[in-house]
Amino acid sequence: MKELLIGNAAVARGLYEAGCSIISSYPGTPSTEITEFAAKYDEIYCEWAPNEKVAMEVAFGASVRGKRTCCCMKHVGLNVAADPLFTLSYTGVNGGLVICVADDPGMHSSQNEQDSRHYAQASKVPMLEPSDSKEALEFTKLAFELSEEFDTPVFIRMCTRVAHSQSIVETTDRAEIEDKPYEKNPQKFIMVPANAKLRHPVVEQRTLNLTAYAETAEINREEYAEGAEFGIITSGTCYQYVKEVFGDSVSVLKLGMIHPMPVERIKNFASKVKKLYIVEELDGIIETHVKNLGIECTGKEMFTNIGELSQLSIATAFGLDEPSFASIDTNVPGRPPVMCAGCPHRGMYYTLAKNKITVLGDIGCYTLGAMPPLNALDTTLCMGASVSGLHGYNKAGGKETEGKTVCVIGDSTFMHSGITGLVNISYNASNSTVIILDNSITGMTGHQQNPTTGYNIKGDPAAKIDLETLCKAVGINRVRVVDPYNLKECDEALKEELSAEEPSVIISRRPCILLKSVKVKPALVVSKEDCKSCKMCMKLGCPAISMHDGKADIDPTLCVGCDVCTQLCKFDAIKKVGEC
Amino acid sequence: MTKSIMIVGVGGQGSLLASTLLGKLLVTEGYDVKVSEVHGMSQRGGSVVTYVRFGEKVYSPIIEKGAADCIISFEKLEAARWVEYLKDGGVIITNTQQIDPMPVVIGAAKYPAEILSELSQKVEVDALDALTLANEAGSSRAVNIVLMGRLARQLDIPYEKWEEALKMVVKPKFVDINLKAFALGYNYSK
Repeated sequence: MKELLIGNAAVARGLYEAGCSIISSYPGTPSTEITEFAAKYDEIYCEWAPNEKVAMEVAFGASVRGKRTCCCMKHVGLNVAADPLFTLSYTGVNGGLVICVADDPGMHSSQNEQDSRHYAQASKVPMLEPSDSKEALEFTKLAFELSEEFDTPVFIRMCTRVAHSQSIVETTDRAEIEDKPYEKNPQKFIMVPANAKLRHPVVEQRTLNLTAYAETAEINREEYAEGAEFGIITSGTCYQYVKEVFGDSVSVLKLGMIHPMPVERIKNFASKVKKLYIVEELDGIIETHVKNLGIECTGKEMFTNIGELSQLSIATAFGLDEPSFASIDTNVPGRPPVMCAGCPHRGMYYTLAKNKITVLGDIGCYTLGAMPPLNALDTTLCMGASVSGLHGYNKAGGKETEGKTVCVIGDSTFMHSGITGLVNISYNASNSTVIILDNSITGMTGHQQNPTTGYNIKGDPAAKIDLETLCKAVGINRVRVVDPYNLKECDEALKEELSAEEPSVIISRRPCILLKSVKVKPALVVSKEDCKSCKMCMKLGCPAISMHDGKADIDPTLCVGCDVCTQLCKFDAIKKVGEC
Repeated sequence: MTKSIMIVGVGGQGSLLASTLLGKLLVTEGYDVKVSEVHGMSQRGGSVVTYVRFGEKVYSPIIEKGAADCIISFEKLEAARWVEYLKDGGVIITNTQQIDPMPVVIGAAKYPAEILSELSQKVEVDALDALTLANEAGSSRAVNIVLMGRLARQLDIPYEKWEEALKMVVKPKFVDINLKAFALGYNYSK
C-alpha cells in the first residue's frame, strides 16, 4: 500500500515489517516519533526507558534472548548509551539488534550538532543512512538482516530532515520471525578481558567482511551521467539536495551504508569522473575516507561543516545563479519559542529571578526560562548536568554560593540522569538546593510518560516512582513540595532551603498545562481603571499578557486563569470575568 | 514541474492539519509529494514553517529563498518573515490576524503596523480575516481550513477532491464545520 509517512513513522513501519518485537527508547527530538509510532503496533512491545543507556542495554538483553529488537535516541542520547555500545560491538547479537540515532544538524532542538557517524567508526558498528521515508523503511528491514548475518548491532542514522519529512512509502506485511534459541556462550557474551581479547579480532574481521559487502551492496548506488562534468559522492538528505540541483546531469555515488564504506567501488567511481566532489553534512567523514584512499577530491573546503546543507547552499558553492526574490525594509521582530501561558514553571522562575539566584539549568521545556524577561538560567550543558554541576559550583564557591545558588531539573530529566548527581550531593556533602520542576510529563518532546507519571507508553497504569521517597532514600533529609502557582509558598520555600545547613530538594509540582487531564480556568481580565501601568505583571513573560495603550491586557484565547499574575498586581487590577 | 508551497504561522495554530490535508490530497491526485516540518523546540509559540512540495518527482523536502510558488500564512507578521522565500510571480495568502511575539509583548520590539500594505507593494498578497470566517463557520480553530479553501483557488485540483480529502482527515463530528470553513475561504471576496 502507498502511504505518505514521516521518516520516523517509516522506520517504525520498517521495524514492524521486519518482525521486531521489543523496542526500548528515551524520547529526544528528532527521534521520538519512531517509538511512538511503533507503540501503535500491538505486535511490538515498546517502552520508554529512563535513559538511553538503559534502553540500549534492554535491547542487548532482548537480543541475547533471541528476539529482533531496537533502541532509538537522538544524537546526544548516543553519548549516554556509548558505554554499552562499544562493548555490544564486541559481543555481537543473537536476535537482530538495530540502533536508531537521529542527528540534528542546524540544532533545531538540540544543544550541539555532533555527527553520529563518528560513533559508527569508533565503535566499529555498521551504519545505514536513509535519504527519505521509502529508504527509512527499507533500510530498517535490511538492518536486521545485516545484524543477524554479520553478528553485529546496526545503526540507522536519521537526521532532522529525513526524520520529520513525509514522503511516499510502499508498505507490506509483517514478517514472521522465529526467536533464535538462546545458548549459553560465555566467550561471546561475557566481556572479561580474556574473552574480549578474543572478540576484538572478530570485530576487525567483521568490518572487513562488511567492507566486502559494501563493494556490491545495492544500497550503495552509482548513477552515471553521460558526458558529465564531474561526479559527486554523497549520502542521506544531501543526496536529495544534490539531485534537486543537478538532476541527472552529474554522476553520483550514493552511499546508503556510511560505515564501513567501500574501497574499490569508490576508486572505480573516481576513475570514471573528471573531477570528484564530496557533499556531506557536518564533518568530512566520507571525504577523509576518500582522501585516505589517495584519491583527490573536494569537500569541506567548499561546503561548511556547520549547520545544514541545502539545495541552495550546494548550488551557491558550485557558483550557480541564485533565484531572485522580493524583500521588505521593515525589521520583522523575532518570534522565539516561549513557555506557554499557565506553564507551571513560570512561578518558580519568577521567584528565582526576583531573588537574584544563580541557577544551573537542564534540558527540557524549562530551558526556555533562560529567555527574557525571566533570564533565569546561568548554565545548560546536558541531561542531568544541573544537579552534578551545582555540587561542583558549590564545592568551588563554598559558603559564598551555597545560599544563593540552585539547580532546576524536570521530572523526566531527573529520572534520566539527575538522580546520580543527587546521590553525589548527598554522599560528598555539598550544601546544595535542588529544585525538581515536576510537571508530571516529558514536556518538550511532546508529552511522553516517564517513571514518575504512573503511566506507561501505551497510557496504561504503571508503577509510579515517588520523588519524595526517592530523594529521602539517597540521604536528603529536607524534601518539600510546593505549588508553583503559589508565589508566596515558592518564595518561602526557596529562602528556607537556601539558608538550611544541609542539602535539600524542593519539588515544584504542577502538571503541564497542555495535558488533556488538566482543567483550565476561565481567562482573567484587566480592569483598565485599576491598572496603574506599573508593568509588574509583564515580568512574568507570559504570552497572554501584553501592554496596549499603556495598560496591561490579557488575551482571552491564551489565558488559562492560573492566577500567578494576580498575585503580582498590587492594585488588584487583574480580575476574574464578572468582577469588573 | 515541482510546485512548492509553504505553510507558516505560530506554533499551536493548526498548521499540522493543513499540511496533512494537503499531503493526502496530493497523494490521491497521483503526485510525488514531500511534506517537511520541524518538531520540538520550535513549536512552543515560536515561528513554525511547513514545506509542501509536489510534482512528478520531488527530491529535496525543503524550500529556500526565491523558490515558493505560494506561501500560506496564519499570521501577518509571519507572512513578512518568510516573504524572501517567495519566487518571482508567487502569491502570499495570509490571515490578517495579529499575534504579538514575546519581544513585542515585553516591549523590546514593535509590531510593524503597516506590514500588510508594505508586503502588498512588493508581492501579490491575498489577505483575509480567516479568524472571523472560521468563527462564522462555527469554530475559531478552523482558521487553517479557511486558508486551505483560499489555497484551493491557486491549485488545479477540483473542488470535490478537496472536500473528499477533508472528510478523510477531520473527525466526523467536525466535518460540517470544516466544509463550511473551506467554502467560506474559497468563496471569500473583498
